[in-house]
Parts: sequence; structure tokens; C-alpha cells
Amino acid sequence: MNKRMRYILVNSAVPLLFILISAVAIPISNFSGMYLLSEIITRLTRNSFMVLSLLLPVMAGMGINFGLILGAMAGQIGLIFVTEWGILGAGGLTVAAIVGTPIAILFGWFAGNVLNRAKGREMITSMIFGLFMSGIYQFFLLYLCGSIIPFSRPNLILSRGYGVRNAIDLEVMGGFDNLLKVWVNGIAFPVGTFIIIGVLCVFTWWFRKTKLGQNMRAVGLDLDVSGSSGIPVEKTRMQAVIISTVLSCYGQIIYLQNVGSLNTYNGADQAALFAAAALLVGGATVSRATVVNGIVGTALFHLNFIVMPVAGKNLTGQAMLGEYFRMFVSYGIVTTALILHAWSRKKNTDSARAERK
Amino acid sequence: MAEDNIMLKLTGVGKKFDDVAVLKDVNFTLEKGQIMGLVGENGAGKSTLMRIIFGMNVIAETGGYDGEVFFDGNKAAFTSPQDALKAGIGMVHQEFSLIPGFTTTENILLNMEKTKPNVISKVFGKTLETLDMPKMRERAAHAFQTLGVNLSTDELVSEMPVGHKQFIEIAREIDREHVKMLVLDEPTAVLTESEAEILLAAMRKIAEMGISIIFISHRLAEITSVCDKIVVLRDGVVVVENSTAGVSVHQIADWMVGRESSADAVAAKRHEEKGPSGSDFVFEVKNLWVDMPGETVRDVSFKVRRGEIFGIGGLAGHGKLGVPNGIMGLSPAGGIVSFDGKEVSLNSPISALNGGLAFVSEDRRGVGLLLDEPIDWNICFNAMQVQGKFLKKVLGVVPIRDEKAMSACARQYIEELSIKCTGEKQLVKQLSGGNQQKICLAKAFALSPSFLIVAEPTRGIDVGAKQLVLEALRRYNRENGTTILMISSELEELRQTCDRIAIICEGKIAGVRAPETNAVDFGLLMSGEIRDDVEETA
Ligand SMILES: Nc1ncnc2c1ncn2[C@@H]1O[C@H](COP(=O)(O)OP(=O)(O)OP(=O)(O)O)[C@@H](O)[C@H]1O
Ligand SMILES: [Mg+2]
Repeated sequence: MNKRMRYILVNSAVPLLFILISAVAIPISNFSGMYLLSEIITRLTRNSFMVLSLLLPVMAGMGINFGLILGAMAGQIGLIFVTEWGILGAGGLTVAAIVGTPIAILFGWFAGNVLNRAKGREMITSMIFGLFMSGIYQFFLLYLCGSIIPFSRPNLILSRGYGVRNAIDLEVMGGFDNLLKVWVNGIAFPVGTFIIIGVLCVFTWWFRKTKLGQNMRAVGLDLDVSGSSGIPVEKTRMQAVIISTVLSCYGQIIYLQNVGSLNTYNGADQAALFAAAALLVGGATVSRATVVNGIVGTALFHLNFIVMPVAGKNLTGQAMLGEYFRMFVSYGIVTTALILHAWSRKKNTDSARAERK
Repeated sequence: MAEDNIMLKLTGVGKKFDDVAVLKDVNFTLEKGQIMGLVGENGAGKSTLMRIIFGMNVIAETGGYDGEVFFDGNKAAFTSPQDALKAGIGMVHQEFSLIPGFTTTENILLNMEKTKPNVISKVFGKTLETLDMPKMRERAAHAFQTLGVNLSTDELVSEMPVGHKQFIEIAREIDREHVKMLVLDEPTAVLTESEAEILLAAMRKIAEMGISIIFISHRLAEITSVCDKIVVLRDGVVVVENSTAGVSVHQIADWMVGRESSADAVAAKRHEEKGPSGSDFVFEVKNLWVDMPGETVRDVSFKVRRGEIFGIGGLAGHGKLGVPNGIMGLSPAGGIVSFDGKEVSLNSPISALNGGLAFVSEDRRGVGLLLDEPIDWNICFNAMQVQGKFLKKVLGVVPIRDEKAMSACARQYIEELSIKCTGEKQLVKQLSGGNQQKICLAKAFALSPSFLIVAEPTRGIDVGAKQLVLEALRRYNRENGTTILMISSELEELRQTCDRIAIICEGKIAGVRAPETNAVDFGLLMSGEIRDDVEETA
């Protein structure tokens, strides 16, 4: 049916565009297929958990870019503490997750309360709330750590005697990646991390089939109808935010164990922005996002991210431009994804309106 | 009468909105397993009364109500619809409350899903039980069977025709486990005659199971055929509470209006004098197809003369509603449509509007009432936006809204269409369903379009006001030379109003006839027994 075709095309316009861009840029960049493959695997290891943690709030109708920043902060706090305590490997990461979880729940509860008062304006509210919370986060790390909360490791604390350093080397690096590393044709597959991501995929898939998941979908599609059928709307939204915050806490831990160093004061914001962009690149909308959108989006977004600056450099012939180009391109991708997303959403509401009969 | 046989009893129920009393001292009783017809003119207070019984928030927010409601032997003071649901009242509202992105099964079992326990739910609680889809489908199918309809359990509600959605709502209410009483507020308004018959039969079945039903409808024949008793509301007062045995449709109409004269309003009266129709064709449709759920148009061609009222009739589901929705760009369509010699591009609502076509949709909620704005603003808004009417110049340059002209215009339509309101400044969301429908018409008239498409103009309008609406259409046609394309499921209405009538059958025009043609012929065209091969244009 041609309506169905058009629906599918409109919905996958964004990923298609990015596939097209990559198809043009890859040959210009001169990267080998092997190199790109190994890079994409690295990026999937790092980022897909974070991206997937966005699925539940999207399902509950609360848009994109949620409690993510808050969860990321909770994860970072957990990592700072295990570094201080000197716990290594997968065990250290697990302890970091255990420390981060209650903090993430608390943050998520805050965020849920704020968002329940701002129905329909979730995206912008969550951004501003994120900024506010990162103020608190910075206060905690800059002034309380090392003074009220004792730290024994000098390499964590600023030379003035209190406050956490801006950049921290994580001793737990590779904790999950090295669990079950498999080499194929010179490419490393961090099977341990992939298993964790796989578990999250299965969880998300299963969760959609539960009563709570069904409530979230209903609440996301129509607040009023769900409310009048007796679904506790606010509680459901709260649960979605909290689950998402906790998951993004784990997501940030997975990301950082792969990267190996923590950018204490502005790692979290970027994580949230890139995760949201990746999900959009995968063809998700503010109201509909699947596991596939998340995985495809992460791969495509990062493929562009790697290829574009080099392609640009090769085109202009100026190495100096590379870094500018990278910033320009990466934010360009985010902006394009958002614009395309707004466009396809408009297409969808248009056809939804036509279908209201 | 034995008290324990009484399901619902109202004593002295009254309701005021800002000092305007819309219900005064309402008393009636409803027995178990009885079907009660509730009738009254638009704005008589039917929906308001049902909202009180169902404990809806608007009532408490606007100061509560007087008097008492007893349900199943207990005093009922529901503070929320949930309480009413728990007590066993199911309600189907005048407006839909379905989730379009959910399937029929998911909607019917919304928040009543069947679940299976699993390892995780045993630890973390019932909300993590997995949905038992097969069992849910079974429940939905069972509800459909009770209703006597044949619907798919897996279809997305957004892709269903409006009549089917109504069945989904009703299926949801009867699927509840302890339902004792159903309130149906104009459930048949969006149904075709045959669908309505299925629903009426289903209502009888449900009543036999001991469930009481309150049934609101403006189609009085339905009331006499299905109800055990009838309650007539006039201006918020119960004027008649009676058994329906031996009561005629005319009798009910008289009770509703309170005058004898309404009998001739009900009887069909055709306009004798011809409209100002010219000889040239102003509007042409060629090989139109439209993909509208439940109203597919396959291949339709017709021509409309300048200044005539051209009617389109036919059984529901055969595509008559698809025609206007396709032309106006609200459903995917193809073919050639031209107006005044210029082609109208399809699939684009904007270009249809800019091309000079005005449309009153059969879906009064879907297309453009600003519910939170006052009446005059709603009526005049489009005319102001599109044509710069109702603007005056300050100091000869700066255009500002001409409030006075807007009020005057709104008052004129309030008068002509007898819109029941407290004044032109009342908010549209505070009007009754039928009066909102009248605002939709007034809004189109205010544009003074040269071509007007109206679909189901009298849907949800009471018997008395129907004539007013049809007369208003004719007057517009004659006084302003407006060409009108009118789509209606009521043949009588078309025969009274139109100059020529096309009948659609299976997505194609079966024939075009003069309104004097006898009803049997029209019937044969509708059922597809006759089909003109050559396109009739003469
Ligand atoms: N929220 C409100 N605020 C003020 N007035 C209201 C409100 N709701 C309804 N009314 C008024 O109460 C009166 C009764 O309205 P109601 O909706 O009960 O009519 P109805 O009998 O259901 O009519 P219809 O057949 O057109 O649906 C109307 O005059 C309406 O304007
Ligand atoms: Mg009503």
C-alpha cells in the first residue's frame, strides 16, 4: 500500500540521509573498511548502553534528553569513589554502579517531580533542570570532596587541598571490555561489554510487554485517556524517569571504562547530547524509539563523526581545518538530526490529522 | 415498586454554571435491566446530567451540584470517574476517548490488561507481570461477539472508520467485570443506519443481562424502538417521564420543544423554488480516488453547476465521506479536481483552502474549533485571517480587530441558527455538542465562500434545529449565490435541500437524480441494483 510505503520512508528519512552522507564521505576520507569497522565496534561498546537508556522515557512520552545528564553524573561520582578506594577491574565497576544507583534514584526522583509539573514541555524543562543539577554536582565535587569528605589519594584532589581534579585517569579502565575479549582478524571484540548491552536490549524488549511498560506506552500516547482509565499517570512517568536515570548511570560507567579517563566537570553534558543525537539519527522520534533505532543510530552517528572531519580535511587540503571541521560537523550532525526529526514529526502529525476520522 | 429493583435514582438534582441554571430539580428512576432514553434539544442539559452521575471533574470544578444521586441502593457522590467505574458505571462520551496508536484489543483492555506472573514480577510486584496477549485478544473478541460486530482484534484504532471506533468504546465498557449501568451519550450519531441497528440489538442483549442503560440520541426513532422508558429534558427540567409504549416520534418531538408546531418541523418540506443555479459548471471532479479508512473512494467523477446545491448520498462505508476529505487534502487522494477553471492540488489542505473551498467537516472535533476561545472569535477568526474581514484601521493605517463587528456578526448567527449560549463571549468548550456543531457551520458561513462543502451538517443536532440548519444552507445558497456540495447520510435531508443528488455505491457514482425522484429509486441506486453507465451531466 502506498500509504504504508510513504509512512516507512518518512520514518526512516533521517537514517537514510546519514547513510547517504557516509556513502559519499567514506571514499573521500580514504579510511579502510577494517579501520572503520573496528572504530564502530569501539563506539558501540562505549555509547550504545547510554543511548538505549533513553528508550523508556521516550516510550512514556517525555521526549528525548532526559534524566540522562543526572544519571551520567551519578555514574561519575561512583567512579571517582572507586578510584579513591582503589578497587580495580570489573569488581571496581560493579562497586561504582552500586554507589551510583542510589544517587541516580534520588536524582531521578527529583527530575520526575519537576517534569510532572511541566507536562508537554519536558524537553526544555529537562535541559534547564540538567544545568541546575550540574551546578549542584560541581559544588559537591569542587568544595565538599577533599574537605568535608576526606580523600586520601593526592592525584584525585586539586593542589589547593580540596576539590576533585578536572581530569582523572581511571584505574578501572577496561574492566568490562577485558572480561571476555575476542580477537578476530585483528579487531578486538569486547564480548563482556556486549553481553551487558545485550542484557539491556532484552530487558527493554521484555519491559515493553509488561503491565508497567504498557502503562508507559499509554501515558506516552495520551495523558488524558490514560488518566481517565485509571492509570496513575504521574507515578508511571516518575518510574520511567527513575529507571532511565539509573540506566544512564550504568551507561556512563560503561562509556568511561572504555575511554579510560574522566573529564570530571563537563563529561556528562556531552554524553547526554550525543546520546540523544544518536537516537534521532537512528530514526527514532520524540514519541517512538526502538532498540534497533538506538543501535543503528549509534553506529551511524559515530561513523559520520569519524569520517567527516577527515573527509573535510582531504577536500580542503588543510590539516589545520580538521579540528574546526570536527566540531562543526559534529554539532552540524546534531542540528541536522533535530531539524530532520522536527520535519518528520510534522509529516507524521499531518498524516495523523488526516487519519483522525 | 420494590426499592431493590432500582439501579439509579435522582432526587432534586440541579446544576448551575456561573449562576446559569442548566438543570433544575431533576428526578427520575431507572430499574435494573431497563433501557432509558434521554432526549432533549441541544443544550437541554443531557450531557451535563451524565457528567454529574459519572463524577466528572468539570462538575466539581464548577461548583458541584444540588440534590442526590442514588446508585444501586447507595448514595453516590463520586468525586472522580474512577469511583464511578469502580461502582459499576460505564460511560461512552460524546467525544472519543481512545488511544489512536493502540490496537483495538489494547484499547478495550486499557488498564484492565490480563497478565501472567513471571520470575521478576514475583519479586518486584504485579506491575511487572507480562501481558497475556492471547487472553486479551480472547476478551476483546468476546466483547465484539456480545455486540454482534465483526472487528479485528489487532487493528490500530487510528486506521479504523469512525463508526467502528464507537464499537470499540462500547466494547471497553461492557468488558468491565462489574459493570451494572452503561451511559451512552449519542453513540449512534457517528454510526450508519445498519451499524446503529447492530448497536441497538446489542443494547437489548446487554439489558437482558441485567445491565441498565441510559441512551441519549437525537434520532427519535431509535428511542422508540429500543427504550423501555423515556425521560424528556427541556431547559434543564424533566417534563416527561414515561414508558415508551405507544409513544410516537412526533409526540416526543413536541415534548422536547414544548409546542405543538414542531410536528411540521419534523415532516419533510421540500423547497419548491429553484436555487439561482446557472448553466456553467464551476466545480469538476474527475476520476477521484481517496484512501480514507472505511470510506474508500475508487473512481468518482461529477460536475457541479454554479449556484446549485449538489448532494452526495449513499450508504456509509461506500465512500461518500471520502469525497470531501479527499478534495480537502485530509486523506491521501488522486485524480483531477478543478474549481472555477483552476486545478486544486490534492493532498494539501492549505492549497484547497487558498483555492477558495470552505469545508465543514463531519468530525466536529477534528477540524478547528478553538475550544478555549469565545464564540465570536471562533466564528470570525478564519474570515479575519484569510480575508482580512473584521479589521478596522486606527488613524487610517494600523489594522486592529473590530470587536463590534465581530460581536454583531456572531450575534446574527446565534440568532439564525438558534445557538444556545449565554452570549457571544461564552467559551466554545462550554457549549453543548450540538451547539458546537452549529458554530462550525457559522464559521464557514462567515467566510462567505463562493463554494462550500458541508459533510453531515445535522449530525448531533436536535430535530427542531435540523430544519433551521438546512434552511440556513438554502438561504445562503439563494442570497449569496454560494454553490454548495452537501454530503449526508440522511436521504430525506438531501431531498429537501439539494437541486441534484448523486448516490455513491462501492466507491463509484451509481447515478445522479433530481430530488423529486422517488425514494425507491434512490434505494436501488444505494444498494447497487441500478447503476447508470453513462455519466449523467445534463
Ligand atoms: N463547563 C460549562 N460551563 C458553562 N456552561 C456549560 C458548561 N458545560 C455545559 N454548559 C451549558 O449547559 C447547557 C447544557 O449543555 P449539555 O452539554 O448538557 O447539553 P446537551 O443536552 O448534551 O446538548 P447536545 O444535544 O447538544 O449534546 C448548555 O447551555 C451549555 O452551554
Ligand atoms: Mg450532549
